[in-house]
Amino acid sequence: MVGNFPIAANLISFFTEIGALSHFAGRFFKELFSRPFEFREFLRQCYQMGNKSLVLVGITGFILGLVFTLQSRPTLLEFGAVSWMPSMISISIVREIGPVIIALICAGRIGSSIGAELGSMKVTEQIDAMEVSGTNPFKFLVVTRILAATLMLPILILIGDLVAVIGSALVENVKGDVSFLLYFNQVFEALEYSDLLPATIKSFFFGFAIGLVGCFKGYNSSKGTAGVGKAANSAVVFTSLLLFVLDFIAVFVSDVIYG
Amino acid sequence: MDDSVKYKATLGKSPVISIKGLNKSFGENVVLNDFNMEIFEDENLVLMGKSGSGKSVLIKCVIGLMEPDSGTIEVLGRDIITLKQQEMDELRAEIGFLFQGSALYDSMTVRENLEFPLRRHRNKMNGNKTKDLVMEALENVGLAHTLDLMPAELSGGMQRRIALARALILKPKIIFYDEPTTGLDPITAKEIILLMLDVQKKYNTSSLIITHDVDCARVIANRIILLYEKTNYAEGTFTELSTSSDPKVKAFFK
Ligand SMILES: Nc1ncnc2c1ncn2[C@@H]1O[C@H](COP(=O)(O)OP(=O)(O)OP(=O)(O)O)[C@@H](O)[C@H]1O
Ligand SMILES: [Mg+2]
Repeated sequence: MVGNFPIAANLISFFTEIGALSHFAGRFFKELFSRPFEFREFLRQCYQMGNKSLVLVGITGFILGLVFTLQSRPTLLEFGAVSWMPSMISISIVREIGPVIIALICAGRIGSSIGAELGSMKVTEQIDAMEVSGTNPFKFLVVTRILAATLMLPILILIGDLVAVIGSALVENVKGDVSFLLYFNQVFEALEYSDLLPATIKSFFFGFAIGLVGCFKGYNSSKGTAGVGKAANSAVVFTSLLLFVLDFIAVFVSDVIYG
Repeated sequence: MDDSVKYKATLGKSPVISIKGLNKSFGENVVLNDFNMEIFEDENLVLMGKSGSGKSVLIKCVIGLMEPDSGTIEVLGRDIITLKQQEMDELRAEIGFLFQGSALYDSMTVRENLEFPLRRHRNKMNGNKTKDLVMEALENVGLAHTLDLMPAELSGGMQRRIALARALILKPKIIFYDEPTTGLDPITAKEIILLMLDVQKKYNTSSLIITHDVDCARVIANRIILLYEKTNYAEGTFTELSTSSDPKVKAFFK
């Protein structure tokens, strides 16, 4: 029956996937609070994720600030509102574009590498070998990676935002003759608690989603090298989709709260 | 040693592993059907069977990586199907497992690979003891100089030897070897076989060796079991099976 309706079949497999993912998340929370905690592996993952993504996040943030400012400048000029630039930039980037773009970049960088790494560990029986060695592979591999991504994403997003503002300041400095110091002052003045807090909370969720889906896809990857590629690829696709859904929810919730 | 003497060596000893009425299927695909076997103390038991006949599935059931559909598996007197996680881990500390593809952790150095099984005893281990055990294990396989290399920097044969060292580092009572010589040249294969024999002599282990390699079976087996048509099809010494009148059995020894 369902086979005749590809959309229905896709929807069903999508919701089956969501169900399995929730189950996986449940297991994460269960194992998170049972001892022992693999602290060294957690630190190693934090370091690796930061190390792997920092340059990418920096470049993306810089270009984002640069381009965004260059593009909106003519319009603001037209209305004689160039002085609004700092507040516009700070709010749009810190609140929305920064977290989403950087989370997407990290989904590509971190999510796919978790998917590929765990996938190949699964296929080559390294996960079985851990189990046999008396180490719980879920704790050692999954819990540490999800936690590390949850912690590192807000940090990476903060850095990306900062670099974006620097990029924007550079444009205003060259084109608008505003000093860096003045520009930064204006940016921070424009920022409010109600901009920063939801954005930060959101970025924890983004990090969690990236770690969770990457681990889920890798840990459940099917046999063979094709399975590894598929795990990495579908981790990115699925995470990206999830990031937009989460973002929508976050915006909706903070709109309700802050009116 | 004469074949019949090798076989007698296992008589009168108690089984370390005993499998009764084991069934295992994946969906429609029945892999094991009423499989029975025993492994005795100090014995080298070779398990032969065609590719895809379920040899790896069998040993994964024994070590608790897969759950059988029905049947009982006793390892060192304990029924593994009813064991709790904690008890299972304690039991696994007595068992060494050489995976078919070596399964070295490729993000870790050789040293870290060997230290990994020692984590389960981290409360009892200090730095020096860990170091000594790692060095002893590496020297057993003649690869002390690879300590700080990554698995990717080693040849396939060296990886197999490191995997062997890792499986043996806790001096297990029972060792499973899943195709220890497959994919190696005859000379390296022979080295691995000699290593396995050394280990057996040194630590008095019982081993279950899965292999397609007739030479390996000839040298190492006290007893051979043929996994065929989803079950324990024939059992005996190398000479008994290789001169069997059943053409299906004989075919394995060509
Ligand atoms: N995780 C699994 N899920 C589904 N089927 C499996 C799984 N593992 C093994 N099988 C199936 O079980 C059967 C036996 O596989 P197994 O790996 O035990 O073969 P084998 O005897 O070890 O072969 P080889 O000598 O090639 O290693 C195969 O048909 C395989 O498709
Ligand atoms: Mg196999």
